[in-house]
Amino acid sequence: MQCRILSCIAFSILNICDKGDSVNNVLFELRGITKLFGNVVANKNIDFSVREGEIHALLGENGSGKTTLMNILSGIYTPDSGTIIINGEEVTIKSPEDAIKLGIGMIHQHFKLVDVFSAKENIIMGQAGSSRRNQKELTKELEELSNRFGLNINLDKKIYQMSVSEKQTVEIMKVLFRKSKILILDEPTAVLTPQEIDKLFEILRELRADGCAIVLITHKLNEVMEISDRVTILRKGESVATVETKKTNPKELTELMVGHSVDLSIDRPVVKDKTKDVLKVENLTIYDEEGVKVIDGMSFTVDGGEILGVAGVAGSGQKELCEAIAGLHPVADGTIEFKGRNIVGLNPNEIINLGVSMSFIPEDRLGMGLVANMDMVDNVILKDYRRQKGLLLSRKPARKMALKMVEDLDIVTQGVQYPIRLLSGGNVQKVLLGREINSSPQLLITAYPVRGLDINSSYVIYDMLNEQKKKGVAVLYIGEDLNVLLELCDRIMVICGGRIMGMVDPKDVTIEDLGLMMTGHTYSQILAERGTGQ
Amino acid sequence: MRLPFHIVKRPYMKTYQQVIVRLLAVLTAFAVTSILMIILKKNPGRVLMALLYEPVKNGYFLVQTIKLAVVLLIISLGIGLAFKMKFWNIGAEGQIILGGIGASYLGLFHNDWPIYILLPVMLVASFVTGGLYGLIPAYFKARYNTNETLFTLMLNYIALSILLFLQYGPWKGENAMRPEFDNFKKNALLPSLASSKPWSDLHIGWIISLLLVVIVYIYMNHTKSGYEISVVGESVNTARYAGMNVRWITMRTMMLSAGICGIAGFVQVSGNLKKLSVNVAGGLGFTAIIIAWLSKLNPVVMIVASFLFSVMSKGAGFLEYQNISPAASEMIQGIILFCVLGAEFFVNYKIVRTHREVAQK
Ligand SMILES: Nc1ncnc2c1ncn2[C@@H]1O[C@H](COP(=O)(O)OP(=O)(O)OP(=O)(O)O)[C@@H](O)[C@H]1O
Ligand SMILES: [Mg+2]
Repeated sequence: MQCRILSCIAFSILNICDKGDSVNNVLFELRGITKLFGNVVANKNIDFSVREGEIHALLGENGSGKTTLMNILSGIYTPDSGTIIINGEEVTIKSPEDAIKLGIGMIHQHFKLVDVFSAKENIIMGQAGSSRRNQKELTKELEELSNRFGLNINLDKKIYQMSVSEKQTVEIMKVLFRKSKILILDEPTAVLTPQEIDKLFEILRELRADGCAIVLITHKLNEVMEISDRVTILRKGESVATVETKKTNPKELTELMVGHSVDLSIDRPVVKDKTKDVLKVENLTIYDEEGVKVIDGMSFTVDGGEILGVAGVAGSGQKELCEAIAGLHPVADGTIEFKGRNIVGLNPNEIINLGVSMSFIPEDRLGMGLVANMDMVDNVILKDYRRQKGLLLSRKPARKMALKMVEDLDIVTQGVQYPIRLLSGGNVQKVLLGREINSSPQLLITAYPVRGLDINSSYVIYDMLNEQKKKGVAVLYIGEDLNVLLELCDRIMVICGGRIMGMVDPKDVTIEDLGLMMTGHTYSQILAERGTGQ
Repeated sequence: MRLPFHIVKRPYMKTYQQVIVRLLAVLTAFAVTSILMIILKKNPGRVLMALLYEPVKNGYFLVQTIKLAVVLLIISLGIGLAFKMKFWNIGAEGQIILGGIGASYLGLFHNDWPIYILLPVMLVASFVTGGLYGLIPAYFKARYNTNETLFTLMLNYIALSILLFLQYGPWKGENAMRPEFDNFKKNALLPSLASSKPWSDLHIGWIISLLLVVIVYIYMNHTKSGYEISVVGESVNTARYAGMNVRWITMRTMMLSAGICGIAGFVQVSGNLKKLSVNVAGGLGFTAIIIAWLSKLNPVVMIVASFLFSVMSKGAGFLEYQNISPAASEMIQGIILFCVLGAEFFVNYKIVRTHREVAQK
């Protein structure tokens, strides 16, 4: 009898221990989630669960429903069917407010901050009672919080004065302040520099140790491999698999994502007859709005039929260089020659008419180049409506082109007549690039064209750029992924602080060399060191 | 403290649902009005009748209602153009006055010209004077990024002062006792298509307004300039990137917007009032803002909305015969407006009950 009691006790203790020390408690679970937008099935019967102390990567092609699924969890959308279970209890989430109350914090693909408010005001906004609490106390709490996680933040700075990574820090503070146990990050790394990404991951690891359940949406497989514990893959709105990160590899993940095997190498076709010096930049000097010199005496050329890659830490003058060539930014000194003609001082319209096309994917993706509230047709028409004769505007050719783009680039959309703000992030980008390439330019400037694009679409873009190159177009490619730059470009120009550190042949250099140059070592220095090393 | 409900943005609403919401709003307005009338010991049925039916009861009244609707429509069209560009033109009043002055200059001092020359020139003059007046805030907006809302609003008062100056000074009429503008001669009045009462009272302003509807509709939706307006309205950065000359587009659009408001001034002096007067704008420029807004800047919808607004304000005039004080009549109009505008809120947002479990956590 005693024996039985004892064993009972032992058993229960064991049971308790089992629950207590394992980190494998499921913190939240989505069951059978379905969400339709009109006739688009964004989510179809998805099961998804995340444990305490886990970083769970959510992977999928553009438009596969990742953002939608997480928006359901954070109360922005209500599902058509399915249930949400948190801590073993079924809950109804009808609004973001409900979600916050349940400890769910989401950092969105497009930030949701009030521009004219300070960081602090944004962080405490919507927190019941915060506004009435002692301001000193609040500030102290916030400072402690940022110290604990090593966040660098000026609480009184206004949002509109902030860089993207600072804005993101505010978003993170917001969730930390609310003590969210469930953290969702929608493509947080798409716009960060490598150093900033490292720092973000540090924070995430700390939160994981604290027992948070973290969902990370990203298109970068190396990040998935680096930081996640498990991965769930969505394809066309359905969940196709959940795998442990340790037991998988990038190739398998890619295949799960697109549904067939893919070749992960990039072509570099050789073009025989190049046109010399389609673009010739000489002694270019540019100041930014604050009067800081951002481009300092740059000279380089781009031939027709080549892709010139530009590598550099974000903010090394890439944006100003692009804008100056497109006529959107004043030039302080130097010349920009396009086919022998100096285009400094021409207005953007005249430059477009000469055959220069610039597509800059800004951090917020929509900021420049597209109109979120207009449909695809009206966006496609944007660059060449002026070429139509007469006063009237005909949308027929644009509609045809839009339909062709949907077909060629696999753009997931309900139809070309829907506002493009309803498209998923990656599809929005395809619209922009497709339009630029379709305008058959002679010089194509493209900055960060694969930001936030899934692997498959990224390769479609690389192919598109190669197509252009074969047609004899001069391509200036400003990129982030050094591996891609090394594989795709014919030459790479490395810049740092507005100066050219080296103009190199990708076959002669390694990633490390590029990294050194990006941080201010010239190519000749590197060569010299290599010489002494040997 | 926590409210038992909260507000959530609606993703979308089907057209028929929107229609139902708006109808409900109107019914609510009538219900509230009826209650008010019962309190005031009036017959709600007769009051509503006066408000809604009186203005269209017979030809005489209908003509008056249409004449007002025509002017409202023209102003709404003008305002709509600027609003499409997110240029908040609150200065229609001033632009109407200036348009009226421009037309009146010819109407008063060149009334010996033959009518088929005089009227078109008056129309053009009103367009130009109104447009130039609108160009002032547009120029400062384009050049120095000034706030157009305040700027256009202030210009209203300046326009009124100019009008008063003319009335008391250089353009003072023949009646020596009172400072008034002279009545226009027949040459300077918009003719009518009909020859017998009551329709002979309906001048051809309505044709002008309908022509403008067609022109503005085509301009906004099927021309390059109209397309530019939408792009600038949505995102100035994108417009610049696409090579648009944003300053020029701002000024051009505002010139058109104000010019059309100026034409409304011409129709007022040459059709409705038959002379220049301090009442030439009389608050119509503000009413038209509501019309443009409720019509979602759609020129065709503006026709209907202008007519309904005209009925309402004419109807309010008839209430006096029911022994209802002007104050109460203002209140009734206020109730109706409040409900109709309130309906827009419910089209865009919904109120949901806060869940108890969630609320308590
Ligand atoms: N509010 C909406 N109205 C209509 N369709 C929508 C809406 N939101 C999303 N969609 C559609 O649902 C699908 C899934 O979109 P979602 O944003 O979830 O994709 P995603 O996986 O986050 O893609 P990406 O990696 O490009 O951000 C897309 O086809 C998109 O066009
Ligand atoms: Mg997304």
